[in-house]
Amino acid sequence: MTELRARSLAVDLGQRHALSRVDLTLPSGRLTVIVGPNGAGKTTLMRTLAGLLEPTAGQVTLDGQPVSRMSAGERSRCIAYLPQGGNVAWPLPVADVIALGRLPHGEKPDSLSLKGQEAVAAAIHAADLEGFENRPATELSGGERARVLLARALATQARVLLADEPVAALDPRHQLIVLDVLKEQARAGTTVAAIMHDLTLAARFADEIILLNQGIVAASGPPEAVLTEELLAANFGIQAHVSHDGGHLVVVADRPLAEPGQGG
Amino acid sequence: MRSSRLPLIFGLILLVGALSLASLVIGPAPITPFKALTALVSDQGSTSIVVRDIRLPRTLLALLIGWIFGLTGAGLQGLLRNPLADTAVFGAPQAAAFGAVLVLYSGLVGALSWALPFAAILGALLSVALVVTVAGRRATVVVLVLSGLAVGSLAGAGTSLAISLSPNPFAVTEIVFWLLGSFEDRSIIHVWLAAPFILAASVLVLSSSTGLRALALGEETARSLGVDVMRLRLLLVAGAAIGTGASVAVVGSIGFVGLVAPHLVRPFAGYDPARTLVPSGLAGAALLLAADCAVRLIPSQTEIKVGVLTAILGVPFFLWVIARRKAELAEMPV
Repeated sequence: MTELRARSLAVDLGQRHALSRVDLTLPSGRLTVIVGPNGAGKTTLMRTLAGLLEPTAGQVTLDGQPVSRMSAGERSRCIAYLPQGGNVAWPLPVADVIALGRLPHGEKPDSLSLKGQEAVAAAIHAADLEGFENRPATELSGGERARVLLARALATQARVLLADEPVAALDPRHQLIVLDVLKEQARAGTTVAAIMHDLTLAARFADEIILLNQGIVAASGPPEAVLTEELLAANFGIQAHVSHDGGHLVVVADRPLAEPGQGG
Repeated sequence: MRSSRLPLIFGLILLVGALSLASLVIGPAPITPFKALTALVSDQGSTSIVVRDIRLPRTLLALLIGWIFGLTGAGLQGLLRNPLADTAVFGAPQAAAFGAVLVLYSGLVGALSWALPFAAILGALLSVALVVTVAGRRATVVVLVLSGLAVGSLAGAGTSLAISLSPNPFAVTEIVFWLLGSFEDRSIIHVWLAAPFILAASVLVLSSSTGLRALALGEETARSLGVDVMRLRLLLVAGAAIGTGASVAVVGSIGFVGLVAPHLVRPFAGYDPARTLVPSGLAGAALLLAADCAVRLIPSQTEIKVGVLTAILGVPFFLWVIARRKAELAEMPV
């Protein structure tokens, strides 16, 4: 069972302490959603978990093995990372962009193995991209391109999938499609973590939510334990109304508070 | 999903072969293609002297230098994820020329010394390092182009200073003509001076092809796919500087081949930066061979410098690319 774990993680970016004393475990088979206000350190945490940023202190381990000691090739086969707001520089066909996810396995878009071809086809199907294969990636809408980039990350078939705001540019239908994909990946045994801003969607799809604020884990646990009006006031600086609707948690932000943590 | 590159590469090799033969044939002394080929392999008296000592070196130089310009142009466009990138963006040709002029001007060595390519390569490397330092890692295209322009202008000013301070008017004329860029009067020694560096630069650039592919999705994604982006950058920049330096050292400034060649092959090879490398190199060789044949055919009192011709044709092309892609170039980070 795959387990990505951070122990006493600290990251300094210049003079700023971006992360301090972060302890968390991302188990396989679960979708963990990371939420937090702007500047909370979510992306820094994601990049550190992906092994792209060296922690100042502490370490990230994958099944007990420090990620920082893995070779770049091994790390890229184990951890797929989808950065925020990704772009494609050239008008490459969608299928070629998705096939780049096979690079960690030494497969190039023009010489995919049978397994690679199957992985690419599965990723295209999962991201609802059938019929897009030959279209230039630069001519797609923002939402379509976001799904192409997600499919690229899926095509790696890594044990861990880390996605930084994968639904930020998507319409509601495709938000649901993408989150269903992430959930399915988790159900299939992958360790999946995603950063999200839509708290209602997060509550609906997450098995576990990690609330990050000012570089520390302010709360973690099942959605109903983390997305409380008190914690949202203390960490997001909002007066929110949390209710249950048809078995789903609904978070409505009513108004900003003058200072985070201020009640009423 | 995609067409094979092989017919394109094969076609370009045929074109380069045909233009190389044309380059051996075209000149003041009328020589048939068959006679030119015979004179290459067996002693045909004065014909062999013309073909082997005059036309073969310029043919080989046009081929090698066109190849490395096309290859590095495609590599830099892939690295910077920008279709306007070329060594000229870094001011590298001007800096290489300045390095070479300093060596020539100092009078320490002659025009056939190994010091010349080394000085030119050093100049090119320094200019790239300066542009990257000034512009920063996440520079926009505008900042990069402006930094390159400034560094290129500084190197150009240095060259002008060296020329204006030169006590010898004949040396001045020689340097100025050399700066214009030409394959005229180059010997096989020039070929030997440049070839090892061009070969090394080719290896550096070609070894970066997989990384360039991943870089199409941005630096962060490339790193997550296992690409060592710093190493990739170093390989390409070093390859471009070495290739440019060695070329400028033997033939002077010839611009725009590296910019134009990748654009010519993309409609056939596609936009994958790795797949455009070799076709761009071959297209660059074909372009420069064709340009060198053209300057010999254009009626004029003295031969037009090939660097002048490539600039006359290349600048409108550069402007055309900007006009076509100005919207996306405006805010594109590199």
